[in-house]
Amino acid sequence: MEVPNKLIPVEDAPGEFVINVGPQHPSTHGVLRLRVKLDGEQILDIEPHLGYIHRGIEKMSESLGYKQFIYLTSRMDYLSAHMNNQACSLIIEKGLQIEIPERAKVIRLLMIELQRLASHQLWWGSAGLDMGAVSPFFFAFREREQILEIFEETCGTRLTMNYITPGGVMNDLHPTFVKTVKTLIKQFKENIHEYDKLLTGNIIFQKRTQDVGVLSKELAISLGATGPVGRASGISCDVRKLHPYDGYEKLDFKEIVMTKGDSFTRYLVRIEEMKQSMHIIDQLIDNIPEGDCRVKTKAVIRLPEGEYYQRVETARGELGVYIVSDGNKSPYRIKYRTPNFSNLGALQYIAKGSKIGDLVAIMATLDLIIPDIDR
Amino acid sequence: MSKEELKAYLELTFPTCKFENSIDFPMLIVEKEHFFAIAKQLKEEPATNFDFLFCQTAVDYTTRFEVVYHLTSTQYRHDLVVKVLLEDRENPVTESVYSLWKAAELYENEIFDLFGIRFLNHPNLRRIMLGADWPGYPLRKDYSDEFILTPQS
Repeated sequence: MEVPNKLIPVEDAPGEFVINVGPQHPSTHGVLRLRVKLDGEQILDIEPHLGYIHRGIEKMSESLGYKQFIYLTSRMDYLSAHMNNQACSLIIEKGLQIEIPERAKVIRLLMIELQRLASHQLWWGSAGLDMGAVSPFFFAFREREQILEIFEETCGTRLTMNYITPGGVMNDLHPTFVKTVKTLIKQFKENIHEYDKLLTGNIIFQKRTQDVGVLSKELAISLGATGPVGRASGISCDVRKLHPYDGYEKLDFKEIVMTKGDSFTRYLVRIEEMKQSMHIIDQLIDNIPEGDCRVKTKAVIRLPEGEYYQRVETARGELGVYIVSDGNKSPYRIKYRTPNFSNLGALQYIAKGSKIGDLVAIMATLDLIIPDIDR
Repeated sequence: MSKEELKAYLELTFPTCKFENSIDFPMLIVEKEHFFAIAKQLKEEPATNFDFLFCQTAVDYTTRFEVVYHLTSTQYRHDLVVKVLLEDRENPVTESVYSLWKAAELYENEIFDLFGIRFLNHPNLRRIMLGADWPGYPLRKDYSDEFILTPQS
């Protein structure tokens, strides 16, 4: 064998190389592949490759009835199943001009805010886990488990609830609902300071997230970022405030908008949102009106010809449902504008130039749910 | 601007475009040739300031494609739908709006992947979900394969 007698010149062996993060990677929380171009530890470019959990929900919905495709939406953002169901229910109610009972509206809002709490708790636990703090995960699951039990009692399932339907909700609340929710909220109010002790005030966590992955306001607007990601960059984009639905206009709550746009700010926005969600539940839990929990709808729904758009605020941002109807029993075209798909667009801009370890911190605070991106 | 004010303003500014009434938003239907200039004007004109592209998708009407843009303004909070008609079904192509709204990069990749509509001046047009070797474009109405569970009635 011939041994080269001198080192390879630098210009022939540049330090750039490409690695694949995913599709199976603990920090992507699902099957997302990122093609990352690196110079040593520094990220030069990121190209997301999707489709590992693409089920063709939009195509499937074109041959399903209006009452059927709602069930598929629970499988998009599975941590915001109630909100996804609600978006589809609202668009059908708008098309058929159905007014739903007050009791159903309040039940919906209660369920949705509980879901937002559960979603943010899971995010908080897994964000800590991504950055090497194992204990937060157990603290987060302590309350989340109770919320899922409340869902199980009333809805029958823990994750893909399919509880909110056109015309109201599937069935009435479980008799112990009010009591268990009150206990849960009281307990969580006492426990939320532990979240601050474990992560917010943790110097290691702060160093990992502060000034990491800064998303400027201009870029966030251009990228269509919504939800806590957009609000941490200073965009006022809470659909509950801008285009209220199901009675949000009657409630007293604050839209959390911060301006710094780094990973730590996105973290703080979600922590504050949990407190606002509890505040909303406090207002509603003693004021559930009596009456029916749904109005009857026809077995086969046909939306009048036309185009419909409905947006709701999920735990991750603005979910839009766009339906083109030709008057038949299934939609001619349905498009889900999902918050995660737009927020994923931010990743390549804000991670460029940072270290590969920061990529995990950025992904954790963008809070991406991959089935919601792929659909 | 309110929905009516916006409609009156647009009718005055773009007399050649067609308007349709949608249930939710005012709708502007634009010829392919003039689309990019109109989109640019909608974004950069201070009176409209449509700086937020919150949804971009396409619809297959079997004889033509429509690319649908949902726009809003973070300053005024008015919404608008802009539609481009692509009559050439064999070779659908339109201008990319990536230079106006960065969100379009992923949206257009998705439309290219599932509808086969090409976007000129797109920085990185690729099949983002299905991969380069997938035959056909699934969201087209004439698409069919052996795995479809519920065929179109």
